Amino acid sequence: MSQATTPSALRATPRLPRDAIMSRARSGGIIYPFIVLFIVLAVWKGATFYGTTNLLAIVDQQSSTLIIAAAGTMVLVAGGIDLSVGATYALAQVVTTKLVGSMNPVPAIGIGIAVGLGVGLVNGVVATYFRINSLIATLAMSFVVGGLASLVTGGNLIIAYSALGFANLARTQFLSVTTAAWTMIGVVIILALVLSRTIAGRYMYASGSNSEAARLAGVRVQQVKLITFVISGGAAALGGIIDASRVLSAQGSNGGTTLTFTVLAGIVVGGTSILGGEGAIWRTVVGTLFIAMIGNGFVLAALNPLYEQITLGGIILIAVGADAWSRLRTTG
Amino acid sequence: MPGPQPRQGAHVELQDVSKSFGGTRALAGVSLTINKGSIHALVGENGAGKSTLGKIIAGAHSPDEGRLLLGGEPVRFHSPRDAIARKVILIAQELSIVTSLTVAENVFLGAEPRRAGFQDRRKLRRQYADLAAAAGFELDGDAHAGTLRTADQQKVEILRALSRDAELIVMDEPTAALSRPDVEALHAVIRRLAAGGTTVVLVSHFLGEVLELADQVTILRDGHLVRTVPAAGQTQDSLLSAMLGRPLEAAFPPRQLAPADAPVVLSVRDLRAPGVNGVSFDLRAGEILGLAGLVGAGRTEVARAICRANRVSAGTVTLAGPHGPARVPVTGDPRAAMRAGVLMIPESRKEQGLMLGRSVTENVSLASLARVAAAGLVRTGPERRTVRDVLAKVDVRGGSQVAPVGTLSGGNQQKLLFARSLLRDPRVLIADEPTRGVDVGAKRAIYELLATLTASGVGVLMISSDIEEVLGLAHRVLVMRGGQVTAELAGDQATEAAILSAAFGAAGNGATERGSK
Repeated sequence: MSQATTPSALRATPRLPRDAIMSRARSGGIIYPFIVLFIVLAVWKGATFYGTTNLLAIVDQQSSTLIIAAAGTMVLVAGGIDLSVGATYALAQVVTTKLVGSMNPVPAIGIGIAVGLGVGLVNGVVATYFRINSLIATLAMSFVVGGLASLVTGGNLIIAYSALGFANLARTQFLSVTTAAWTMIGVVIILALVLSRTIAGRYMYASGSNSEAARLAGVRVQQVKLITFVISGGAAALGGIIDASRVLSAQGSNGGTTLTFTVLAGIVVGGTSILGGEGAIWRTVVGTLFIAMIGNGFVLAALNPLYEQITLGGIILIAVGADAWSRLRTTG
Repeated sequence: MPGPQPRQGAHVELQDVSKSFGGTRALAGVSLTINKGSIHALVGENGAGKSTLGKIIAGAHSPDEGRLLLGGEPVRFHSPRDAIARKVILIAQELSIVTSLTVAENVFLGAEPRRAGFQDRRKLRRQYADLAAAAGFELDGDAHAGTLRTADQQKVEILRALSRDAELIVMDEPTAALSRPDVEALHAVIRRLAAGGTTVVLVSHFLGEVLELADQVTILRDGHLVRTVPAAGQTQDSLLSAMLGRPLEAAFPPRQLAPADAPVVLSVRDLRAPGVNGVSFDLRAGEILGLAGLVGAGRTEVARAICRANRVSAGTVTLAGPHGPARVPVTGDPRAAMRAGVLMIPESRKEQGLMLGRSVTENVSLASLARVAAAGLVRTGPERRTVRDVLAKVDVRGGSQVAPVGTLSGGNQQKLLFARSLLRDPRVLIADEPTRGVDVGAKRAIYELLATLTASGVGVLMISSDIEEVLGLAHRVLVMRGGQVTAELAGDQATEAAILSAAFGAAGNGATERGSK
């Protein structure tokens, strides 16, 4: 019959344009480079790389970074950023290490984590109710908290070599995996569940995606954001305490900006947007391990570690650039 | 006006132009000719491709296939900058004003008169004064652009185009955000431009405006050209049926007036808030109460105060209780207002309504997650089914529930906001500009939805700048001016003239003046 009426419906030519491939690549994102790098290292270095010892060592070393980065993902998703995690890591670490010299490790660890939660609470209150941009608020707090950490130590290394009970936190092995790694796995899974499956997690995405829309839809945006900072502070403290337990010592200069930026790098390379509302904790895990694998590769290949930083910087630029570029494509 | 200009000659020709975004084809083999010095309108439903076509002409998009000829010579614009160099300028729907600069600085942005690397302020003022006088605009060049009304910001954009000696200006929905007198003024400007030999390509939803202004009209449907015809001899109905590809239905669903003894669901007494100076009214169950007035008269502010999206300084808002006549005061924040049963569809769906990067399901369920959750955990199965059911109610057809809402048409986005509100079983629904930027088909669906809601006893407060829409839907109309209700019009009293005169503060034509209540 008349074919002129709805030509568009009849000729729906299926083609796969570049944009569709891009968006598919983006939803998988970091997972493809991760697999490629894994295969390259496995083929190149053989069992030295993919042997259980090496892989478990990577995971163990990344425990504290992964815990902090998982919580940091929540902060970013909810539309904030926490630059104080490095300092909080140090403060909690020195407080707990100092206390285990004179008390049972369990309350000492508890107090250390409480310190981290407290820092997070202050961050959250300043960033939400005082309406100070979280970048500035947590940057300022990182100086305050870092200063407090140095104050606690008096500028010295705090040693707790006699507190062997404290060492159990990180060093015990269960099924040949360290307790540090087990703790990390537990915390990361819980945080991932909260972010992806609970009402609270949905509210985090909503607050970061469009805070005015979330508020009008009945979300208590300030509270939601505040909670992410508290979680981040607690996670930073836990990470610091785990790492102190490995070496039974702590100092105020541990963590710091290096840790803060390593954590952020893992989150961003994973594909979580610094603009809020997008991201996932599994991505952060893959991103963080990807960066760790690069470091491991440099060690195994005995390359000059100076190039590692340059490589890492390049990868972060590519990750952030790909995110910005794909946003441009989908909204244009 | 000077005598009739010679209007022959093609200014722009498009030959077989196609353009796709992602998997969707926005334009398919469109050919048309735009004559020099003419006003050429592009019409079609949302997604028909009219904005895309306008952007291709002005270099904001490049065509995938086909050719663009400017003055008979093939051109390929890679950016708006290329087009500007050829004196083709786009005035987009989202205005590009730098709010912290003055009007004159905005107009000459990027082409400021300089002396020794510094901006030459005196020359800037002089150039601006000449330009504004030539265009016939009275706009203070030293005013900060951010303090201007939308209509005046639009004038800044037009002046900027003129300062670059534009020969062709593409205007995308220039009047969508303007109130009536500003629309008239802009129409005069457009006519003057064309009379002076500038070609104007007008992308517009408002068919009345198109018929009034345009020499030629190009109708698009689903990315295809339906036809290009002289505007003379067309009617709104003929354009509409060509856009829809089917005969036209009545514009508004039949009105089911609420019985006079219907219970009052919402009563507002002496409400005072930013932009609201003592507003009182009652809303009955099953009633659509229209809130008319000029932009800035305080309509949105009333809505936001009722929902506690804005701080309220005085007055009461009470709502009939969910079980019987007990009344609950609406206090606190938007969350508390929602719990009392007041839901709002905000004025700007992109800025205040939707999470554009998130999925359809997440956007719709956001305000009702407790319904589909157990112990704080969202159960995705029930969530998906609940959302699917409510989407059917608001007539969102096809499409995936996991697609980001930014990829949906304006009409479907608006329907998602209705779906979100419906999930909360509202007793009062406040719809602020529910059909702004929405195509004809979706408009009709939203009207039906409002009618269905009122039939089930919901009270609807509808804010709209489209007077026809207010007259066609509302059972009663309140007109606002200066943060106060200046007239209440019902039945035969509710006419366009009565609304306009109350909105402007002229003596009411049979309107009940409520000044000293």
